[in-house]
Amino acid sequence: MESIINRITRGHFWHFHGGIHPPQQKFLTKDKPIRNLPLPEQLILPIQQHIGQPGDLLVSVGDRVLKGQVLTKSKKPTNQSMVVPVHAPTSGIVTAIKNSVIAHPSGLSSLCIFIEPDGEDKWQERNICEYPELLTREQVIDKITSAGIAGMGGAGFPTHIKVNIQPEINYLIINAAECEPYITADDLLIREHSATILDGINILERLLTPHHILIGIEDNKPEAIKVLQQATADNPKIKVCVLPTKYPTGGEKQLIQVLTGQEVPSGVIPRKLGIVMQNIATCFAIADAVIFDTPLIRRVVTVSGQALDKPQNVWALLGTPINYLLEQCHYQNTGDTGQRNKSNVNANKHVIMGGPMMGFSLSTDQVPVVKITNCVLAPSKDEIPADNKEVECIRCGQCAEVCPAQLLPQELQWSAKAKDHQQLTKLNLADCIECGACAYVCPSQIPLVHYYRIAKAEMREQHVLHLQSEKAKTRFEARKVRLEKEKLARETKQKKAADARKAKMAENTPEASNAKSAVAAALARVKAKKAKAASLQPEEKLAEKATLEKDELQADKKSQVAAAIARAKAKKLAAKASASKLSDAETEAPTETSGEKPETDTPKVKTSETEASQAKASQTKASQPKEVIPKESVHKTNNYKKLKIAAAIAKAKAKKAQKLAEQNQSENSDELPQNKAETSLNEKAEAAQAKKIKDDEKAKRIAAAVAKAKAAKAKRQEQQNKQNQQEAE
Amino acid sequence: METFVANLTFALLAIAVLGGMSLLFGALLGYASVKFKVESDPLVEQLDQLLPQTQCGQCGYPGCKPYAQAVANGEAINKCAPGGDDTIKKIAELMGVEVEPLDENHEVDNSPKVAFIIEEDCIGCTKCIQACPVDAILGAAKQMHTIIIDECTGCDLCVEPCPVDCIEMIPIEKTTQNWQWDLNNIPVVQVD
Repeated sequence: MESIINRITRGHFWHFHGGIHPPQQKFLTKDKPIRNLPLPEQLILPIQQHIGQPGDLLVSVGDRVLKGQVLTKSKKPTNQSMVVPVHAPTSGIVTAIKNSVIAHPSGLSSLCIFIEPDGEDKWQERNICEYPELLTREQVIDKITSAGIAGMGGAGFPTHIKVNIQPEINYLIINAAECEPYITADDLLIREHSATILDGINILERLLTPHHILIGIEDNKPEAIKVLQQATADNPKIKVCVLPTKYPTGGEKQLIQVLTGQEVPSGVIPRKLGIVMQNIATCFAIADAVIFDTPLIRRVVTVSGQALDKPQNVWALLGTPINYLLEQCHYQNTGDTGQRNKSNVNANKHVIMGGPMMGFSLSTDQVPVVKITNCVLAPSKDEIPADNKEVECIRCGQCAEVCPAQLLPQELQWSAKAKDHQQLTKLNLADCIECGACAYVCPSQIPLVHYYRIAKAEMREQHVLHLQSEKAKTRFEARKVRLEKEKLARETKQKKAADARKAKMAENTPEASNAKSAVAAALARVKAKKAKAASLQPEEKLAEKATLEKDELQADKKSQVAAAIARAKAKKLAAKASASKLSDAETEAPTETSGEKPETDTPKVKTSETEASQAKASQTKASQPKEVIPKESVHKTNNYKKLKIAAAIAKAKAKKAQKLAEQNQSENSDELPQNKAETSLNEKAEAAQAKKIKDDEKAKRIAAAVAKAKAAKAKRQEQQNKQNQQEAE
Repeated sequence: METFVANLTFALLAIAVLGGMSLLFGALLGYASVKFKVESDPLVEQLDQLLPQTQCGQCGYPGCKPYAQAVANGEAINKCAPGGDDTIKKIAELMGVEVEPLDENHEVDNSPKVAFIIEEDCIGCTKCIQACPVDAILGAAKQMHTIIIDECTGCDLCVEPCPVDCIEMIPIEKTTQNWQWDLNNIPVVQVD
């Protein structure tokens, strides 16, 4: 531990693997002060500018907002959620809240708040805190949370989560390396606002209580180093570490390795090693928020590139459109790209957001500045050609030499092109920091990082899909278990009901004995019939079978249709008799599944013609059964069962209707017990035969025969009922 | 005679020793096979892992597991429409068979979708709820139903049973979260 500090004091640091030395190009902007820009005409604020979830909108179109007013807020307790609010960068009117293109390589749209500045730049009420030392830890974190600070180095991780940690912190590392070419935003910020930055560092020190504070800065910023050394001279805890210039020293893991010699293992966050890193611009924002009660509404943006006449660092309000920045820095509309620009200015503007190494080309220059925008680059055609001509990999291995993450870029590239995700995982693609060093040195000009980004996105999506499919599977399994349970419960209920009926029948009442004798008689009749059927000539049987088979499909549909008609009929009958209590029959029906399909044939006799046509129609559609089958029976796959259930429901209704009719007319004839007897007779006969003949078709045939008998009976009864009714009337 | 006896004894001894050894090792192996048994993933499980688990039934089987079972028993590997060519490739790899193009009968647009219930049209018949293989529809009889988007697999089994046609399949919107880097969008040239 002590030796690390000793080494640092001596100015000896470690090295990370690889790295490159691209041309700095910082001279374009490093000697000009940060410029304040006049207010743009419009500000576009994406509601999500960080990693995590967007907050809920607090304003609506037409609202007048003051500078610093909060526009979105999270519902959850703010200290732990990944929600970061956004604030109004100036006073004005909310003109629209709609989707707009955001600063993302995809050029996709996201929800943005449009503010039209009123030019007054009027602040909301602020409470300037002169003594931040007197605030409690919670108060400080609350202030950081409500100020909407997200890591300003590039990733945009919510700062309030990063500072709200309890475990012991050895090193607080302030990242001022700014290793990427062109960018001088942090350099200038340090030179101009070192006092505020130091306030921010002190606040962080009180929050995290680290043993040491290391400021990592590259040696290409001598003025900034001098200023920092002067400012931190009276705090022995803070060490300004001047590092040799090498890209990408500013990478989190690389800077940790250079400063402490510790390598952050794959998949481990630095906090586990007792290290927390903050960008120096974030420190400034923290001081601004805690002391001056100023939320994060502006940031320093390096506007650079040889396509600009006046490249400079500017204080850009969040939401400022990029084209406004370019305009302010005198973007050349003529010059080397002039001829093409004349025809279509926007289409040929090659603008990069971020540095030349890690940035991405913008699809349009209408996108706004967000919290993580540190640089806007407008290179000329010679500076950074827009389209490189990629050629075959020559296996020179330079990419592996410069890779700071010690990966094998060449192999990764092949696997990425082959979409071999397994191999990519093996090669630790996830540890790639997308620094672009490999692509920079590649003599074949292969845009390696693009391939990695594509592969990473694909793998992320695959992972999400995998999780989703796992979830779907468990839900599917759970559903199956539930259905099984429900089925079992239903069966037990039915069995109970059947037992109860049997028990009732076994009781020694006149009705029961009546029924019993009727059953016995019916059984005898059935036996006689069977014997007769057995003696039938085989040819006859065959013919019968053939016709039955032919009509099999038809019969299926027919009986369904018939069942439906029967239902309707039963309803009509019941309506005639009495309109009340019909719904009870419906609910009771499913419990009587043992019922046969006598009524299904009743209307069949009557409406055979219409049925035939209906059946024909359905047969033509037989190849698409889903379309033909009445909707309510779609789910049941077993046709026979379906038939039975439909018939049972119809029968139950008819029965109920009959009962009602009888009750209404207060006719206590023998019909009811007789009816009952019939039913049970049919039930038993059918059950016995179904057992013997396992073939569905055969069973159906017999059922049909029984049904026919029943149908005749029912018809008779119906007529009788009608007569009775007429009599009653 | 003596030499014969000696030879016999020797032979018997050899048989006894070797027999004893074989018994010993046999016992050892038998013990090891019981004690250190490695539960290997059965083929059906592995196949099931490859399938997208939409439970859509487009393959003609009532769910992904039954189709996995069928493939293990020799059914065609090209019937999973939501999985598309990627899944076919993976199954072919696992089964050691040739990659086939997706079955023509199943050629459908397999872009990710979710079902959406037009709520003012819903009559609360619960038919879609019964059809949903993953219980992603919320509702009760005569109450408006709605779909839990996060749980919907986009199998569209609920569309057909709806008597008022109030369910539509909506493609999942592209956001910055699920956006795929597009080779055509950024200047990258594919070299073979």
